Amino acid sequence: MTGPAHIFDKPNRYIGKPEPRADAARLLQGRGTYVDDQKLPRMVHAAFVRSPHAHATILSINAEEARAATGVVAVYSGEDLAKHVTPYVGTLTHLAGLRSMPQHPLAVGVARWQGEPVVMIVATSRALAEDACELVYVDYAELPAAVDSETALDTGAPIIHSELGSNLAWERDVVVGDIDAAFAAPDVHVVERQFRFGRHTGVTLETRGTVCDYDPSEDQLTVYYSGQAPHMMQVIFSKHLDLPEENIRVISNDVGGSFGIKIHTYGDEIATAAAAKLLKRPVKFIADRFESFLTDIHARDHIVRAKMGVTEAGKIVGIDFDDLTGIGPFSMYPRTSAIECNQVLNLTGAPYVMENYRAKGRVVFQNKTLMCQYRAVGHPIAMAIADGLLEDAARKIGMDPVALREINLMADDSYPRTSATGMKLDDLSHKRALRKLTDLMNYDGLRARQTLARKKGIYRGIGFVSMVEVTNPSPMFYGIGGAPIASQDGATVRLDAGGALHVSSSITEQGQGTNAILAQIAAGVFGVDLNRVKVTTGDTATTPYGGGTWASRGAGIGGEAMLQAAQALKDQVLEVAGVMLQTGVETLDIQSGAVTDIDGSVRLTLADLARTVYYRGNELPNDLNPELIATRHYRVTDFPFVFTNGAMAAHVEVDIETGFVKVLHFWAVEDCGRVINPLLVDEQIRGGVVQGIGGALYEECHYSPDGQFLNATMADYMVPMASEMPEITIAHIETPTKTSILGAKGAGEAGTGGAPAAILNAVNDALSPLGASIWQMPMTPERILASLNQADCN
Amino acid sequence: MKAPDFDYLRPASLAAAVAMLVEYDGEAMPLAGGQSLMPMMNFRMAAPEALIDLVNLSELRGIWVESDTIRIGAMTSYADLKGDAAVQKHIPLFSLALPHIAHDAIRNRGTIGGSLALADPAAEMPALMLALNANIEVEGPDGARMLSADDFFLGMFETALDGELIKAIHIPVAKSEQRFGFHELTQRHGDYALAGVAIVQTSNTYRAAFFGVADRATRVPKLEAALEQNEDITSVLAHLNSVDFTDDIKANHTTRQRLAGVALKRALKGMTT
Repeated sequence: MTGPAHIFDKPNRYIGKPEPRADAARLLQGRGTYVDDQKLPRMVHAAFVRSPHAHATILSINAEEARAATGVVAVYSGEDLAKHVTPYVGTLTHLAGLRSMPQHPLAVGVARWQGEPVVMIVATSRALAEDACELVYVDYAELPAAVDSETALDTGAPIIHSELGSNLAWERDVVVGDIDAAFAAPDVHVVERQFRFGRHTGVTLETRGTVCDYDPSEDQLTVYYSGQAPHMMQVIFSKHLDLPEENIRVISNDVGGSFGIKIHTYGDEIATAAAAKLLKRPVKFIADRFESFLTDIHARDHIVRAKMGVTEAGKIVGIDFDDLTGIGPFSMYPRTSAIECNQVLNLTGAPYVMENYRAKGRVVFQNKTLMCQYRAVGHPIAMAIADGLLEDAARKIGMDPVALREINLMADDSYPRTSATGMKLDDLSHKRALRKLTDLMNYDGLRARQTLARKKGIYRGIGFVSMVEVTNPSPMFYGIGGAPIASQDGATVRLDAGGALHVSSSITEQGQGTNAILAQIAAGVFGVDLNRVKVTTGDTATTPYGGGTWASRGAGIGGEAMLQAAQALKDQVLEVAGVMLQTGVETLDIQSGAVTDIDGSVRLTLADLARTVYYRGNELPNDLNPELIATRHYRVTDFPFVFTNGAMAAHVEVDIETGFVKVLHFWAVEDCGRVINPLLVDEQIRGGVVQGIGGALYEECHYSPDGQFLNATMADYMVPMASEMPEITIAHIETPTKTSILGAKGAGEAGTGGAPAAILNAVNDALSPLGASIWQMPMTPERILASLNQADCN
Repeated sequence: MKAPDFDYLRPASLAAAVAMLVEYDGEAMPLAGGQSLMPMMNFRMAAPEALIDLVNLSELRGIWVESDTIRIGAMTSYADLKGDAAVQKHIPLFSLALPHIAHDAIRNRGTIGGSLALADPAAEMPALMLALNANIEVEGPDGARMLSADDFFLGMFETALDGELIKAIHIPVAKSEQRFGFHELTQRHGDYALAGVAIVQTSNTYRAAFFGVADRATRVPKLEAALEQNEDITSVLAHLNSVDFTDDIKANHTTRQRLAGVALKRALKGMTT
């Protein structure tokens, strides 16, 4: 059921309004508090000696000179910290068969990627710590490196963990129906392509960092942490540093972007906490940009061979693919590095009706930086496979790609239902989204202009994607497998003596406006003006327990908890008001900071009510126990995830002389259920699209054959920049999820998940008259020129 | 990413700066806009014993019109060049090229002399000097001398400077019989070029300097001669075969040669009139 309409339709509602963010002025005026802004008394600074080799035995470490260097407070090797930090393993029980090996904060015995921390220096300044790093002499014996995921499983390939016997971390097969028979049917056309998705990374504006402060008098560790999941980190620090969970406080103040990068266990951060405990003083570590490139988790790294069968009439009969994913030398702790591949296996083709499906996923170890969950985990791969093949098939059978989608998209009135892979789907609107998209972009007009341009030798292309996004995950995502990751979130709403609301939530703000939507929900549902809500997030000591913000869950799960808490507090306040006014609560409401009659006429301000309760309880009946605070928690039940859907299109121009691609325009129609703040949702979609364009055209972590990262600077690693970004037009369909009163699904990852497929399709549409096509991302000028040369040779 | 310790010196005159260079016997580096040197120091790829900051040398900053040449002080920033009326009037090639040099923030700090002394093969300014047939006025312990741009760039990050500082750049004032062309190919605006070319055509002779394609800004004399002889574009471009094109992660030598050819064609198409 959808919630009672009055929550959303009251005159002073805020849900659905484009309210500017309350914290924007503070952040733009430079008054944010990021980790590096923390300066504590007696604070010292960490720097790390990192492995220069992709794979090497550490024969010896001579740190005597470093120990004696100016300003050096402590020097720790992997062995030193292993005495104080228990190792961690990135496996979860619900990912059957996933293997990894114990990982230490600093390499012990063997270094397995270039950039792995080997020695930690703590000194009175970062500069002095870096000076001392140069005085550490590590004797390495280089080992052959397994760099290329395609050969990592070959006989004779260097084995990264001899205990495991091979570099295979995980594999899974999904078989539905009979794909061979389906493809062999007489009128079925089969298209087959090999896709390559390069590695890229998150490039947060604020790099990873932590300030850890240990107080031995109370055995208390306080961690200032630039991250997304404070409660998860509390458990991890407790478990591996042997401290009681309650003695660890994790504080995430302002966070300058995260994108999934800041939700994992990084050796340098754990080492910083260990050093603080050992030194009994605050230690700061701020990753510099070079360290970020070498150690922040990377994303994607897939090689996929895929086929799709389509009948002459345009009916998709099935998809068959094999995905090989390279994850670096360990599975990342605690979320694992198998989720990315698992999402590809689960989500490919999920918008389409399909009887037959066969997928094989293999996840392999390699001597590169660890790969793990980055914005839109697995989605861009899944969407590019299905929609890339779909448009390829459309060309093959001579059908318009929109028409082919119309035939195969799940009907909007066909839910609840499951996808071919068994995903439970509900409240989706693929067909409406596609129609709204083609109207928005004036598809027919665009095609006509494309034809005219081609006559002038200008190669423009139009590409689409119909997509799903996994949001609002239930315990089925991590908790079921044993991860210390909450799937529920809590919200507390408190009325203060002045009639304002103080709210706190376990979801976190990392720049996307979480706090703004929490305030809107609380203000609108409870009935105060928006500027009378103060929001606290990102502190394990002061917020309810919960998962944090990832997997597009903040608004849908944390927002629903806030709605329920605000509703509960409203009921509690009205109960008090009913007694004070000697009126039935059913005749009262709260609007704009006052208890009112149903018609809105003011009976009692909230300040008057609160002051009476707090200061002059003697005026109330003795049997009335006013509670001006309420807490509610919420988790998704009945569904493993709440899926959203969207339809996107790209219009590109390919310069066939240079191979350069210009994105002329991008359109996105997104159904994230109820839109809480259209400004923020649009910016989430837009920012996501930009990161998707980055993955499609620009961003790639280049490695040499021996595992050296070749472009670890902002000059050489190309993030998408404003000058190159197209106009991005966004529209919404709102199909609220029935799993909550709020009805909000996630919106944070759709753009990143969908844009690469749309760009790929648009580029291939542009290249098609030349007989060329490209199936590798990023689509660099060189790769596009190579595809054109290949077409010439054919 | 913190620079190792270094001495910081801020001389008040060019003579004092030269004396400091001598005093540190090759272990000091002059600091102009710092747009390349500071990152290199922070990466600990450069670790000079001392930085000699040229910021106070007003004699190195300025744009002077001297009959048939424009003299530009080495410490003049790109932003100053971009906004200068004399430069706009007398060096049309600069107006074509300056918007392609990085972004405003970098153009505010980066200097013409700093770029030439660094001799980054992908930078625009060395190629502009070659195309414009500029002269570079340098001063060292043994006095001042004038070097032609053709003799200045010796290799990747390598110049003819011998313990000397660049004092000024002399650029011939544009003549009515000259036309200018510039084209640069970058995936993102403001990046170093995958390939670019600056062209000065004087009557029917050409100076065409490529950048981003080899170990230094490069003229190809046979290509220039082919342009002069009005050969068809295919045979003009064939002379690019003599260039030792760079291979790197952004483009291999085949791609670079192709892009250099495209840049040349487009620059020729867009010559000033």
